[in-house]
Amino acid sequence: MRRLVVLGLALAASAIPALAGEVRAPASLLSPDLRALQDDPSRHPGWLWVDGGEALWREAPRSGRPSCQSCHGPIDGMRGVAARYPAVASDGALLNLETRIERCRTDNQQAPAFGYESEALLSLTAAIALRSRGLPVAVETDGAAAPHVEAGRRFYETRQGQLNLSCGQCHDENVGRRLRGDVISSGVGTGYPAYRLEWNTLGSLHRRLRACSLGVRATQLPYGAYDYVALELYLAARARGLPVESPGIRR
Amino acid sequence: MRQALAALLLALAAAPAAAQVAPFVVTGDAVEAPLDGLAGDAGRGARIVRNRETANCLICHTIPDPRETFMGEVGPPLAGVALRLTPGQMRLRLIDPTRINGAAVMPAYHRTADLLRVDPRFEGRPVLTAQEIEDVVAYLATLKE
Ligand code: HEC
Ligand code: HEC
Ligand code: HEC
Repeated sequence: MRRLVVLGLALAASAIPALAGEVRAPASLLSPDLRALQDDPSRHPGWLWVDGGEALWREAPRSGRPSCQSCHGPIDGMRGVAARYPAVASDGALLNLETRIERCRTDNQQAPAFGYESEALLSLTAAIALRSRGLPVAVETDGAAAPHVEAGRRFYETRQGQLNLSCGQCHDENVGRRLRGDVISSGVGTGYPAYRLEWNTLGSLHRRLRACSLGVRATQLPYGAYDYVALELYLAARARGLPVESPGIRR
Repeated sequence: MRQALAALLLALAAAPAAAQVAPFVVTGDAVEAPLDGLAGDAGRGARIVRNRETANCLICHTIPDPRETFMGEVGPPLAGVALRLTPGQMRLRLIDPTRINGAAVMPAYHRTADLLRVDPRFEGRPVLTAQEIEDVVAYLATLKE
């Protein structure tokens, strides 16, 4: 029911040219309708996943191991966490929020991984990310994170695919312009997981990145691939100080 | 939508290995000779330019046609392009605009060399064949106002 309301919205956005080099909050490029929807939990379809994630947070896995809540306390304690991810874990691995949750699932709950892009993982990710909504992105970029930021930057700046475009050729040079029906944003991940009308469901940032890879006819990397996680970190480094918007609403 | 796209991509992959890149000579900022000596057809070119799945020119450009909606504004409007460019200049810009400007945003439509991480379904084939390039040039040459 809620979805019908969403699909009925007018999709026109007003294009506002960006200043060169400025990284803009994606919400500033949304149409007024989508922006209002993003700000209204009572109509935002992403809240179906948030509700599901909050339930999963409290639920003990069949393995007999503790629930997320048993170890971490109420989910509100996750305030600010999503704003710090991707981050380097104690063993040196670069984890984004999804792969961090999967690690707790398999190692701490000794339960089978939810699977990237599964409803359960999207739900938990959305419920945790919501606790950082409005907080400034604050990923670590120095120390152990530095080589990963650099790897992400290289990927971002490299022309790729049959159409031979780098990310920045759209998301730096053409912000605010129309690419077909879309208004090109600064290409940051602050709204993810996001409910995309085109998907008719909630999806992860990696799903969006796979769409951009396909758009330039480049190889789509698997969900959770290192190159995408490093890219995600670089996007977050570019977005430092911008507010977390997830769960976002996108066209 | 996604299924249609996937089916299309598979169809493209299954198509007989498309002609490789035709040889060409750059003179100044133009390729004067038609690729493979082929004659272009403006009607076919008009359809290629409008095709949302292959050439996808309208993702970035507008053409003077009020029936077309959702056209892009990343590249310059194509209205009047025939007054600004000769067919030879158009040809080079379609084959590979980085020959004119290394930082060009417009994709190279007839190039396979030195591309990175190309989706295997498109590997080794140019976006448009020599015939399609000539058809698009013929169409653009009609855009005189
Ligand atoms: C048995 C205890 C335990 C369980 C159960 C558990 N976790 Fe964790 N979790 C931890 C520990 C310990 C850490 C910190 C690991 C570290 O810093 O290396 C952690 C870290 C995290 C973090 C990153 C926090 C930060 O500040 O960086 C998130 C997010 C998280 N867990 C989510 C979950 C979710 C979601 C579940 C349930 C699916 C869950 N955890 C289940 C023990 C647990
Ligand atoms: C040909 C142009 C183009 C290229 C190249 C491109 N994108 Fe995109 N991208 C888009 C369009 C159009 C959208 C949808 C509108 C928007 O949000 O920017 C989009 C959306 C995104 C979004 C979602 C933004 C949001 O808030 O919903 C991210 C993140 C992104 N792109 C990152 C990238 C990265 C990283 C690369 C390189 C691997 C890349 N893009 C390459 C055109 C492009
Ligand atoms: C991803 C965006 C994009 C696509 C797709 C694209 N173009 Fe372009 N086009 C541009 C840009 C940007 C320029 C300006 C030069 C540059 O930066 O590449 C341009 C320049 C041109 C020019 C030169 C115009 C002038 O006045 O100098 C022509 C002609 C042209 N494009 C035709 C086409 C045709 C025909 C197609 C499809 C077969 C196409 N373009 C697809 C972005 C694009």
